[in-house]
Amino acid sequence: MERMNRVAWTRASALMVLALIASQCTPSQPAARRAGSGVQSDAAIAAQKTYVAPGDLDEYYMFSSGGHSGQIYVYGLPSMRHLSTIPVYTPYPATGYGFDDDTKKMLGELTWGDAHHPALSETKGDYDGRWLFINEMNGRIARIDLRDFKTKQILGPVANLHGNHASSFVTPNTEYAMMASRFSRPVPNRAVGIDKYATEYKGIVAGVKIDPKSGEMTLGWQILMPPFDYDLGDAGKLASDGWMFFSSYNTERATGKLEVTASQRDQDYIVAVDWRAVEKAIAEGKGDVIDGVKVIDPKKVPGLVYLMPCGKSPHGVDVSPDGKWIIGSGKLQGVTTAFNFEKIQTAIRNKDFTGEEDGIPVLKYESIKDAEVAVGLGPLHTQFGPDGWAYTSLFVDSAIAKWKLGTWEVVDKAPMSYSIGHLAAAEGDTVSPDGKYLVGLNKLSHGRHLSVGPSQPESSQLLDISEEKMKLLYDAFTEPEPHYAQIIKADKIHPIEVYPKEENKHPMAIWDLKDAGVTRNGKKVLVKMIAVRSTLTPTSFEIAAGDEVTVAITNIEQTTDELHGFGLLDYNINLVIDPGETKTVTFIAKKSGVFAYYCTNFCSALHQEMQGYMIVK
Amino acid sequence: MMQAFLQRANRFLAAPIGLPARFMLFAAAVLLVATYFFPLWNLTMFAPQYPEGLRLDIYSYTLVGGNHGQDVKEINVLNHYIGMQDLVNESFTEFKWMPFVIGMLGLLVLRAAVHGTVVALVDVTMLFVYFGAFSLWSFGYKLYRYGHDLAPDAAINVQPFMPPMFGGQQIANFEVYSYPRPGTYAMAGVIALLLAALILTWWQRPTSVPPVAADRG
Repeated sequence: MERMNRVAWTRASALMVLALIASQCTPSQPAARRAGSGVQSDAAIAAQKTYVAPGDLDEYYMFSSGGHSGQIYVYGLPSMRHLSTIPVYTPYPATGYGFDDDTKKMLGELTWGDAHHPALSETKGDYDGRWLFINEMNGRIARIDLRDFKTKQILGPVANLHGNHASSFVTPNTEYAMMASRFSRPVPNRAVGIDKYATEYKGIVAGVKIDPKSGEMTLGWQILMPPFDYDLGDAGKLASDGWMFFSSYNTERATGKLEVTASQRDQDYIVAVDWRAVEKAIAEGKGDVIDGVKVIDPKKVPGLVYLMPCGKSPHGVDVSPDGKWIIGSGKLQGVTTAFNFEKIQTAIRNKDFTGEEDGIPVLKYESIKDAEVAVGLGPLHTQFGPDGWAYTSLFVDSAIAKWKLGTWEVVDKAPMSYSIGHLAAAEGDTVSPDGKYLVGLNKLSHGRHLSVGPSQPESSQLLDISEEKMKLLYDAFTEPEPHYAQIIKADKIHPIEVYPKEENKHPMAIWDLKDAGVTRNGKKVLVKMIAVRSTLTPTSFEIAAGDEVTVAITNIEQTTDELHGFGLLDYNINLVIDPGETKTVTFIAKKSGVFAYYCTNFCSALHQEMQGYMIVK
Repeated sequence: MMQAFLQRANRFLAAPIGLPARFMLFAAAVLLVATYFFPLWNLTMFAPQYPEGLRLDIYSYTLVGGNHGQDVKEINVLNHYIGMQDLVNESFTEFKWMPFVIGMLGLLVLRAAVHGTVVALVDVTMLFVYFGAFSLWSFGYKLYRYGHDLAPDAAINVQPFMPPMFGGQQIANFEVYSYPRPGTYAMAGVIALLLAALILTWWQRPTSVPPVAADRG
């Protein structure tokens, strides 16, 4: 009997130990999900906050960079509806961009661009709704006129500067947009072995002068820099007006496997440029002309550029709304650093330097830093709200940290799905941020949308930042690849909806059907055409094979939304002409035969009848 | 006194094993086969970017990543940022000898079952407990080395760390969980069966021992 008890007891206890061990096992979900915390907002509230009823208008425009698609995508907030696409660096058949003579010429030989950082023009540090600038890696920067949402100018590829990444951030009165090289190379460009990288390769930071009336961009000046990789930038404002800041990595001047070789130093630099002093130096005739551009070597002209140590491989550099702090986010660490502009000035005055790089003084870190804010892992970019709130994106943590300028206190974190890169708050990089909305521009979206195969969209997540805690409102899926965005109050932009007839100064514009027709000048043929509902006049024209043909089409409509297209089959020609606009396309009539042209952009009940023939003899 | 104890121990060791205990040993041998089919241990890592988790099953002879092996590759890609060595079969010498040792122990278990003496049972039990303890230590040491032998030139510097052996732990943006899997439970079962067979035999040892021939002189 006693033995039976002992056996039972032993068995039971052995089973209990086994059960205890077995009950400890890997959970099927991460802790946050098991707790049901974080990601989800109250669905009803989120729906109400993002719902824009049919026919109603959004409150904000968001201009999102299209990355290597070369475009800009326009969204309405808070609905996150994609409203339109502005083609910039890539042909876009939908609007005929890159097919007509003017835009073809503007694009030049490049039919691709890696667009990165849109920048709205500013007056006194606030968005003024006039222009939108966007840079591109092939050393270019473009201006879009927000009167008609069209790309008006592409400057570049500029000489000397290679891989224009730290761009196109504008100064508070749009005096300048910036450019800086992510890839250093010999200046002037020539073949030099990679073993001479540290000494012979050079970085370039540049100021692009912007005409205050027309917005016309010209290359102002360049500064010869050490061969670091210049990454992002921001202009000083209010307290720090007159300065530009650029982040840099690979201050190791390394080559090869950069993910390792360029990650060795615990601190890299934020470059501070006194751009008013540069402007003055240029006016005084300083600098040398290299490859047609005025380039200043800081070794020869001191007092223009300083280096601020910032850990580690800083990505974003962002100036606070009052201009007092410069926030540098070292992407390979867990803190973001707040530099005090006043202390920077004091350090410069007192020559509080710890060394130099190619003649550029390095400021003493301890003397210029106010705080290292423990925001989380992989901080990238910072945007601002009112009342000193700052929002920093955390790539590794896949979250946004909300913290306070001055007290440096981190008060909230919002998980993002997934791996957030840039973030954009409503007017969040101006002197008066709105708060209210913030969009996280995420690199990964997996599993949060209907599957569309391996080419996955990115995700843009809308957050409500009007309250103490950030709340996720909406997931939108964006085309690759949003690098940065600008969010502007809708009432600051006043686009036209037709091009007024009296403003059309195109030399080949015609407004009377009688003027339509073909004129010949030797081998050159000019076809003046009118597009109006529902005829393309002339409805046919004859030319000879080998002629150089220019078709100039004027859409004489003055009615909103009455766009007409001109698709010429077999000739790869596709124009879209807005009301009141004249566009030309020039081509050699290589193929003989009969070729139809027709209106591609649906216009009217008799749109299908809007067609004609080109007869090439 | 001491001598009496040793004599008693010798007598017990030389004693035969009863039939129920032999069945237990056969069962243990069969259970041992499970270690070839089931993983011994599992490591699972969750991060915000990996809500489904990255999974790694450790068998006695190989590493198997979740998601058709992709998870191990992904873990290695991530680990290279902090300079951790690659998790590859080649770095685990255990995979070469563990299946052999398990097989050998299995044969010894069968030998004890057939041979049927307590001494054979005690031998294999001791060997098995030693093997189990050594394997656990070896596993822990391996984890320690992986968390401490970080390349000094890694892009991201992290403090050397001890990954969890049993339980969960937050490492950077990852929640890491480490728990035994059925293979280890089977081994634990084998040890339990061996001990149970031993205990059973002890309980059923003859109470009055017939005098040994040598004693009679």
